[in-house]
This record gives sequence, structure tokens and C-alpha cells, in this order.
Amino acid sequence: MKQVLRRTLGPFALASSVATFVMGYFVTPPDVVQGELARLVYIHPAQAWVALYLSFGAATIASALYLWTRTRSMVADRVAASAVEVATLFIGLTLLTGAIWGRPTWGVWWVWDARLTSTAVLGVLMLGYLALRRANDDPQVRAKRSAVFAILTAINIPIIHFSVMWWTTLHQGATVFTEDRQLKIHGSMAWTLLLSFIAFSLDFAWMVRARYRIADHEAAQRDSELDSALQARRTESAS
Amino acid sequence: MIRLILLVAQKDLRIERRSRVLLWQVAPFGLMTLLLCGLAVGPNASTQAKLAPGLFYIVVMLVALLVINRTSQVESSRGTATSVQILGIDPGAVFLGKALAMFIQLSIVGVALLAGTTVLLHVPLDAAFVTLPVLLLASATLSMAGVLYGRIAASSANAGTLLPALALPAFAPILIAGERSFSSLITAGPLARWVGLLGLASATYACVGVLLYGALEE
Amino acid sequence: MAVASLGDVVVTTGSFPLLSGVNLTLESGTTYVITGPNGAGKTSLLRLLAGLETPSRGSGSVLGFDLCSAQRRELRRHVGWLGHETSFYADLSPVENLQFAARTTGADVELIPSALERVGLTHRAKVPLKSLSAGQQRRVSLAWLLVRRPQLWLMDEPFASLDDEGRALVSELITAAQASGATVVLTSHGALPAEIEATSIVIVGGRIHEVAS
Repeated sequence: MKQVLRRTLGPFALASSVATFVMGYFVTPPDVVQGELARLVYIHPAQAWVALYLSFGAATIASALYLWTRTRSMVADRVAASAVEVATLFIGLTLLTGAIWGRPTWGVWWVWDARLTSTAVLGVLMLGYLALRRANDDPQVRAKRSAVFAILTAINIPIIHFSVMWWTTLHQGATVFTEDRQLKIHGSMAWTLLLSFIAFSLDFAWMVRARYRIADHEAAQRDSELDSALQARRTESAS
Repeated sequence: MIRLILLVAQKDLRIERRSRVLLWQVAPFGLMTLLLCGLAVGPNASTQAKLAPGLFYIVVMLVALLVINRTSQVESSRGTATSVQILGIDPGAVFLGKALAMFIQLSIVGVALLAGTTVLLHVPLDAAFVTLPVLLLASATLSMAGVLYGRIAASSANAGTLLPALALPAFAPILIAGERSFSSLITAGPLARWVGLLGLASATYACVGVLLYGALEE
Repeated sequence: MAVASLGDVVVTTGSFPLLSGVNLTLESGTTYVITGPNGAGKTSLLRLLAGLETPSRGSGSVLGFDLCSAQRRELRRHVGWLGHETSFYADLSPVENLQFAARTTGADVELIPSALERVGLTHRAKVPLKSLSAGQQRRVSLAWLLVRRPQLWLMDEPFASLDDEGRALVSELITAAQASGATVVLTSHGALPAEIEATSIVIVGGRIHEVAS
């Protein structure tokens, strides 16, 4: 089963991403108000979903698993770190596509909107996490401090969100659902939107897996270097 | 537990009283930064008064970074860290004790900065006076967050530059809540939600700190 | 009865092995001296026994506490440590440092004046630690050992930075610890005073080379 998943994840991610592009660019009609600009709806919300919920959610869960002594393992640490790297990338893309959409819509590249601001703050926190990982050589120390930082960040997210939301709100309101949970968009647009969420989620899974494998290889190399160093030390001891 | 918290706080405050870093370095830095803020926004009194709440809390954040860095430095020399680790003091008590000491230091400097803001940036005196409890609550939140982030950054390479990168984004809601509540007191706007947010943040950091500080001590 | 038992323990910093597979058993009430060339791992072994280092590989226990788990924190409360560097807080005086240590660990505060007198620091008890010489600062750590009275004494080059009087004091304290049944483990570059009988542990390249009485 694992082998099957491993072999099919990449092709499925690629296929769904291509399908999303084809559907979003060629099949779906332009929006009656926003015109071609509305096609960004097949990218931007899915990127935000991956950045804010999927990636960072995975990082938080993995960090919590690392901190709990019963489930502590370096696998959890590597998963968390990989997920945060992907989260950082997607936060950047979310802000970029948001700016591209915002310029013609609002007339400016940036506004101090609640969601934009919260996302930007979270992006900077993710960069802080990556900086923290580079500042510690010892794998155990790095893992613990990163995990605590990730948990603190996760706890901060609602606090940041509410503070900025109360501060001001300009962001696009609910695009997909009305206030009474009725679907606002229909037909090919709705299906393409759904497909984009699936595609980006698969892209996320593939990226985290790829990054995890690199981290795993790095750890194996460190183990190998340690074995060599142990051999050298033991030779020093024998002579 | 309370006894341990008070012992740790007393130790930190005693060290501060001996070294006087707060008096001779941190407070002057804060006042100078306030002056620079006044220079940066121009001489118009009404502009300064309008921007004063935000500028005040920016300066408080920067002062907090200095205090956090100083507190971390005291603990981080190898011999000190080892001898204190050997004592095996409950990590939750260490966290709360250090936060209490930091809170007292930040509050003292905060009050001085508030007086400076009233004079330099033309904030009404009654609003400044009434904002004191909110300033204390913000200081408490900053202290608890500061002890945690200070510990995360400590003993890492380039801890001095790493700390702002880690802590400042997390301080953003404290900045917003502090600025909004200060402005609300000047303009008779809504206050409760901002005070509530600070209280929530404070309680959250307190719980997380007590639970997770031990993991950072290793 | 074994006070410490180490099984193929590896301790690393980055990917460099400070200890490269230590197998060692320490008996209760015995004095051990760890010797070896610079960089052999003497201090690392001592820190491991204090619960200050985490094994990367292997297993071990000291005073019944597992070195590979969070029990290390509890272990530290039961050992006495005398390190190279200045202990405690440089801005506080010896009395203040010892009072803080005693009150937070439940040790007897009443023992502090006699401990400071025993190490010859009564006249400097109230000046900041940073005003004391390196030798005097080490005496503060010795005073703490007298107040704490641990079962396991771990001393990293206890005779370094001390004058003749200081060295005599350390010998006296080690002898007294032996008499009280404590286990003493110390590192040393040079020969020990004649009055200290110790089992020698030679460490080279992060491994135990020899254990001899």
C-alpha cells in the first residue's frame, strides 16, 4: 500500500495540477464582474488553504508529537520542519497572488486588511522558525526549540487573527458560500475550484514527502559521519 | 511553587539592582527612541498626538527586546547555566519567576516612557493615567512571551539577532491591542475587546510557559 | 552496589563524538580519578554522570536515574558539581548565591556560614562573585558542596586555579566526603595528593582505556 501511494502521489499531484490549469484557464468562463482576473480564484484560496491550514496544521501536530515523550522521534521533527518550509513557500505565493489580484481590484499592491496582515505576520513567524533551525547544530536541541516555537506560533494564530480582524477588514468576503451556506458559484467554476484544492493538497503532500526524504538522507549522512568519527576516535584510543 | 517563583524573581531583581542595566542603558535607550519617533513624525503637535499610542508601544516592544536579551545573557554563561541546571529547580517556577521579574522591570520603564510620551508627544494626561492598567497588562503579556522566546533563542548562534526575528512577529497582537486601547482611551472608543485580548494572550502564554519551559531547559 | 552503570554510551557534539562508546560501572562509596590527554573526554564523562549530557547511543543510569530519559533532570538534584567555569551568578555575592541555591533546593541555609568559613571566604562573603579571583570563585562552589552534601561528588580538575592552601582544602573535603560514604569522581591532569586513595580511570579517544585501583 505504501509503495503504491509513494509511486502514485507524484503523478496524481502533477495530473491534478495540470487539470486545474487547463480547466481554470481554458474551460471555465470569465467572471461577469472581475473578468479574467477571477481565474486567480483557482489558485489563491487553495494556496491559502495549504499555507495556513494544511502545512502549518501538519507542522503543529508533528511538533506536538515530538514534544510528547511517548511519541517523540526525529521523524516527527523532520515532518514538522518539512511542512514549515512548504508553508513558508505557500504563504509567499498566497501573498503574491493576492497582491496580483488586489492591484487592479483595490488599486494598490497591499492593504492593511485583516487576513493579509495576519498571513504576513504568520509568514514572518515561519521565517523565524527556519532561522531558528539554522541557529542550532545539535539535532535534539534544534528539534525541541523548533517544536516549542511551532506550538507557540499555532497558539498565536487566533490571537493574531482576532487582533487584526478587529483592527480592520477589507478582504474579499465569502467567495464560495453565502451566509446561509449556499453555494455561490456553480458549474465548471465550482468543480475547478474543488479540483484546485485537491491539486494543491496533493502538491503539498508531494513536496513535504520530497523534503522529508532529503532531511532523512541528511540524517543518514550525519549518522554515517558519526560512525566514521567513532571509528577514528576508537583508533586513537587503541593507539 | 509560589515560594520558588518569588525566589527566582527576587534573584533576577537583585541582579538587576546590582548591575543597574535598566537604569543606565535600557531606560535611556527607550527615551532616546521616543525622541527619535518625535523627530521622525515631524513637529506638528496634533500629528504627534494622533500617532503617540502606536509610537509608544513600538518603543515598549523595543525596550522589551533589550530586557529579554539582558535576562537571557545573565543565565547563558556556561558555568552559570551548568550550576543552575544542577539545582534542578522546577521549570514552571523558573518561568513564572523570571516573568515576574521581567514584568516589574518592564512596568517601571513603561511608566517612565508613558510620562515621556505625555510630555514629548502631547498625549492628554488623564488618558495616560487611565492607560496605566492596560500598560501593566501588556507588560505582563510581553514578559511571559519574552521569557519563552528569550529561552528559545538563548545559546543559539547569534542569539542577539535571532531573538527579534522570533519575538517581534509574536508581539504584533500585543502592539495592536496596546495601541488600540490607548487610542480608545484618548478618543473614548471601545476598550473591552482589546483588554480582553491582552488578558487572553497573557493567560495563554502563562499556561504554555509552565507546560513547555522545561523542554527548553535541556 | 553500583552507583553508575554505562553501556556503550556515545555522546556527540554535532557529528563529533565526545565519548565514543563508554562502558563503565562505578561502585558506591569509592573515589575515582579520571585521567587522559586533552580532548579525551574527561569533562564530557563527568557531565554525562551529572545528567548534563544526553547519550546519542547506548544506555546508562546514575543513582538509579535513566540517562536516556527525562529522569536526567531529577538526577541533577542529587549530585554535587564543581566545574571549570565560574558557577552561579557573577553579580551576586557568595552568600546570596548560596542562599538562593539552598532555598530553591531545600538544603539547610544554616550551614552556609560554616561552609563559607570552612573554605576561607567569610571575609569575602558579601562581595559580588565577579570581584573574587578564579580560585576564590571555585571555593564558593566547594562551599555549596558542603551545604548540599550530595551522594555523588563530581569535580572537574578540583585542584586547578588553587594555591597550596586551596589544594589542601580540597584534599580535606574529598577525604571527608570519602569518610561520609559519598562517591567522588574527579578529573585530574596531575598526580593526586597522597592522602587521597582513588581508583584510576584512564580515558583516551572518548573510550575507557583502563580502570585500575
